[in-house]
Amino acid sequence: MSMIKRNRIALIFLLVALMAPLFTDNQYYLYIVTLSFIWTIAVYGMNLIGGYTGQLSLAHAGFFAIGAYSLGLLTVDANVPYWFAFVLACLITTVVGFFVGLIALRTKEHFFAIYTLCVGYIIYLVIYQWDELTGGVRGLIGVPPPSPIGPISFESAESNYYLVLAFLVLVFVFMKFLTESLIGRTYVAIRNSEELAQTIGINTMRQKLVSFVISTFLAGLAGALYASFVRFLGPEISYTMTTFDMLTYLIVGGIGTLYGPLVGTFLIVTITQSLQFMEEYRMLIFGPLLVFLVIFYPRGIVGGIQMWKAKRQFKKRQKMKRTSSTSTHEGGD
Amino acid sequence: MDVLAQQLFNGLTIGSVYSLVALGLTLVYGILHIPNFAHGALYMVGGYVTLMTMTTLGLPYFVAMFMSILVVGGIAVLMERLVFHQLRHSPPIHDKIAAIGLLLFLETLVQLIWGADYRSMTTPFDDIVSFLGITVTTQRILIVVAAVLVMIALHLFLKKTMIGAAIIAMSQNREGAFLQGINANRVAMLTFFISGGLAAIAASISSPINLVYPGMGHLVILKAFVIIIIGGMGSVPGAIIGGYILGFSESLGATFISSDYSDIIAFVLLVAILTVKPQGLFAKGAH
Repeated sequence: MSMIKRNRIALIFLLVALMAPLFTDNQYYLYIVTLSFIWTIAVYGMNLIGGYTGQLSLAHAGFFAIGAYSLGLLTVDANVPYWFAFVLACLITTVVGFFVGLIALRTKEHFFAIYTLCVGYIIYLVIYQWDELTGGVRGLIGVPPPSPIGPISFESAESNYYLVLAFLVLVFVFMKFLTESLIGRTYVAIRNSEELAQTIGINTMRQKLVSFVISTFLAGLAGALYASFVRFLGPEISYTMTTFDMLTYLIVGGIGTLYGPLVGTFLIVTITQSLQFMEEYRMLIFGPLLVFLVIFYPRGIVGGIQMWKAKRQFKKRQKMKRTSSTSTHEGGD
Repeated sequence: MDVLAQQLFNGLTIGSVYSLVALGLTLVYGILHIPNFAHGALYMVGGYVTLMTMTTLGLPYFVAMFMSILVVGGIAVLMERLVFHQLRHSPPIHDKIAAIGLLLFLETLVQLIWGADYRSMTTPFDDIVSFLGITVTTQRILIVVAAVLVMIALHLFLKKTMIGAAIIAMSQNREGAFLQGINANRVAMLTFFISGGLAAIAASISSPINLVYPGMGHLVILKAFVIIIIGGMGSVPGAIIGGYILGFSESLGATFISSDYSDIIAFVLLVAILTVKPQGLFAKGAH
């Protein structure tokens, strides 16, 4: 019972998400929400390395694209069975992530951000210029939808929605356990001070690498889901602008919070999609919003709510203390 | 031989532009330790202001360039006051995110005002000159000459004036500079103004041989980062030398390897350097 009570917010989210397709026949809404769930998975990756471990990686659109293109190329050109290609796509991204991380994490702070930004750009240039493999500007067309698992097929929008939701739930549960575990606290220790973390015996390089590799895995997973959901891939998904979009979702929702990626991605993806004119000029609002948030609410919406709750609880407790102390006073009289 | 000479001159032109952009970036980094991702957007705004002053107001090229310096310098100062100054006690990750926010804002704003079309800038310097077996437009000569003049002016300013010395002092040792009674706010504002001005000059002289469009700053800023890592973050001579190194390697790489991948040279160079030396070349002592 207490477990349900402790996780009631997550369960309410899950319940709403499970029921959502029953209330709308609009395929377009379902499409948008599914897309936002896919991005959420990628943003969770960014949150792990950026929010918890404190290393701002600006290559995540690149890893997202590696996952997406791996799946696309394996299924379209190499005719690999879908789910095998899916696993391979995640694996390829993770391996690339491992080698990039091995080198990138030797650099610190600004160097790391610049280095990963450049890695992201190299990935973009390679996808863009390597016509024979990736289709270059023309893109990659005709990525198949997920092939059926037993009796369940993934042709309809609803079934795709539930598939993505299932992955999102898995990622969420994984992130919850990870961040609440000792490993999660190790990451936070590294974020707060790498030197201090080292002095208490944390192998910071290894921890950062594991965190980075998991984060690239999540980006690759999201990319693979994206490829078979949208079924068309263009090089622009690997462009730095995509990384900046992901960063916006993360900052608005709350960097370094468990619910942040969920809230931020859902809000921004649905808002930009429902206001079509926003598509092109969204950054006119989100750019200044990013600046505003890092100055006044560096932990975004979720962080803001947590702060407000904590303050309220603190006040309540103080009030209780005061009333109890006055009552004992009266009693003494 | 002619091809080589021609390519070397091309390298000199590209390198001059890179150096100017990297100089602005490195000055800001030296003072405030902010990797200003929005610097590329300043460069882009500089190109637009020059172009638009010329086409809509009909002002001559150099006047337009001067206007551009003032406008972009002003925007840079505003950025410092409204954003980076507020974030001076925040963790470094916040500066980067704020800079990205500014970059996105400026780019979209320019796109909203002037559209996303590629525009060309025509200047009075489109004559063709031949010397030493190479053929170039006068605009390219102007780029090299202007860049060198600006660098000399900047050098004299930093070395011979009190306020220039204050900038150097602050980048060498913040606390030490404060003890000397240096006004940190004034130095920071001035540095941002110079940085913006340099970006405006770079964009104004290079736009006639390239094009003006909202995304024109993307590659330039990334390359400028590569340059200041090569040259040492915060180092003024490093930015100049790094700029020319990159300019030459790109023009030679485009000729002798492949022009498709000439943009990638910078990044491969960076990845190689940071792989071997994670602190960057010429890193100053211990941390």
